Amino acid sequence: MSGEHASRQLIDDYARGDATMAADTVWALEAHLETCAPCRSHLAACVATEAPGIAALLDTVRAGLEPQLDAAVRAPSRRVRPRWVAAWLTPAMAPWLVMTVVVTLMALLLDAVASPSFFGDISPVLAIAPVLPLCGVAASWSSGLDPAHELTASTARAGLPLLLRRTTAVLVVVLPGLLVGGWLTGTMTAAQWLLPSLAFTSTALALGSVVGVTRAATGLAVAWGVLVVVPASVTGHVPLVLRLVLQTDQLPVWGLLLALGIGAVIARRNAYSTL
Amino acid sequence: MTPTTSAADTAPNTYAWEIRAGGLRVRVGRKKMAVDGLDLSLGTGTHGLLGPNGAGKTTLIRTLATVLRPTEGELELLGTSVGAMVDHRALRRRIGYLPQDFGYYKRFTVREFVEYMAWLKEVPKPHVPAAVQRAVERVGLADRADHRMKTLSGGMVRRAGIAQAIVNDPAVLLLDEPTVGLDPAQRLRFRELLQELGRDTCVVVSTHLVEDVAAACSDVVLFADGRLVFQGTPDDLAAAGSPDHPGDSPLERGYSALLQGSGRQGGTW
Repeated sequence: MSGEHASRQLIDDYARGDATMAADTVWALEAHLETCAPCRSHLAACVATEAPGIAALLDTVRAGLEPQLDAAVRAPSRRVRPRWVAAWLTPAMAPWLVMTVVVTLMALLLDAVASPSFFGDISPVLAIAPVLPLCGVAASWSSGLDPAHELTASTARAGLPLLLRRTTAVLVVVLPGLLVGGWLTGTMTAAQWLLPSLAFTSTALALGSVVGVTRAATGLAVAWGVLVVVPASVTGHVPLVLRLVLQTDQLPVWGLLLALGIGAVIARRNAYSTL
Repeated sequence: MTPTTSAADTAPNTYAWEIRAGGLRVRVGRKKMAVDGLDLSLGTGTHGLLGPNGAGKTTLIRTLATVLRPTEGELELLGTSVGAMVDHRALRRRIGYLPQDFGYYKRFTVREFVEYMAWLKEVPKPHVPAAVQRAVERVGLADRADHRMKTLSGGMVRRAGIAQAIVNDPAVLLLDEPTVGLDPAQRLRFRELLQELGRDTCVVVSTHLVEDVAAACSDVVLFADGRLVFQGTPDDLAAAGSPDHPGDSPLERGYSALLQGSGRQGGTW
């Protein structure tokens, strides 16, 4: 072989099926041909000129196969979803996300039309905004809601990175809805619901490393409902203690909760792989 | 062209057994110890995990798949110790697992399903299409690859499950009741696949069909009430039985002899 390519002589011999070629030469040549397109094209040319028998045989085989190949119709690809979607969302989460969006719209509608006294002096969007992402988070890592959970749980990606991906997908769907809603109604600033939402989400993930993500998210949502939303709709105003945390100047409290949640998630990052 | 071998492929193994358990105990629920003091060493080959219903086979397989955490004792897979608060990522890349009742997304096609599992198992991106095609062909689903999972029959779904288990060329392959729902011809084909895989992989097949073990396994592990009753070749199992023991084949007689001997055959069934 000269330089990086096989010599013309060698390829000619190979094409003729020369029995005197040493076995190790044949191996080396075949290994080279597998990776080298120019040498393969030399070989193709050589077969036509040096070994008419082989060329004729190939033509016969091709002629025999051609009717079958023409008859075979390539099955249409049924890919309806791009590959990256599955990397961020599972089909099991989709209905929960749709429900979350619907709930957001309902809350916005209530906000716009309902009598102000229904939820007291607090807007319905503001009351439910903190727990809105939790539905999606609950469905993102759940043995009951996700049929493929058992399969997923044994794979290399199972664990915190996958959970964070799915949580991000939930937030990407939920937060713009709230943002638009807040902007339309003008009743609340972005910080008023953004920080509480993120704080609840991070707390759910942190608690999830102990009791399971679904249980943690459901528990937090129920607790929020019992402590804030129900008293507000019954008595007409939010309990005094909780009223404080919903005020704009209480943002540091939510910020602290968010930081604690994130810290706990980082500290327990390895616990997520065998939830 | 991408290199077909890597340093990781040619590196010598630093472990003696693919699966090694010492005094392994796994609790299910609050009280039940489904695996109760198991000592087991499994190397390359096809191992048939036999045992009566409720013996703890599924729990053992789930523990080996790193889905459940061992409660006590030690478990080493591919030389890596498995336990709480450990990052299993590198280990899990080399495990293939088919659960007993495995759920899947009905709207995915077979190819999408196996591709998705390959992504979850961190198969390098350039290798995914070829690995998926190879796995689907090995289980004979190539003509159905672009059909949705919900249009498949039970046996085909099971074969798709086997395809996802082998898509990452695992070093440890765990199959829980893989022959359920396969017709006799598919079962024969599946046994061939098992023998083929067992040449360079540690395959653990849980089953209660003794004939599957006889045909496809190089090694039998008999398991009852969470403990190891017997480990040996199918011939050893057959030799353990005598014509007095219930059963239609030497293996079945050996199976009932060993279970009676261990005093663990409770109930009239």
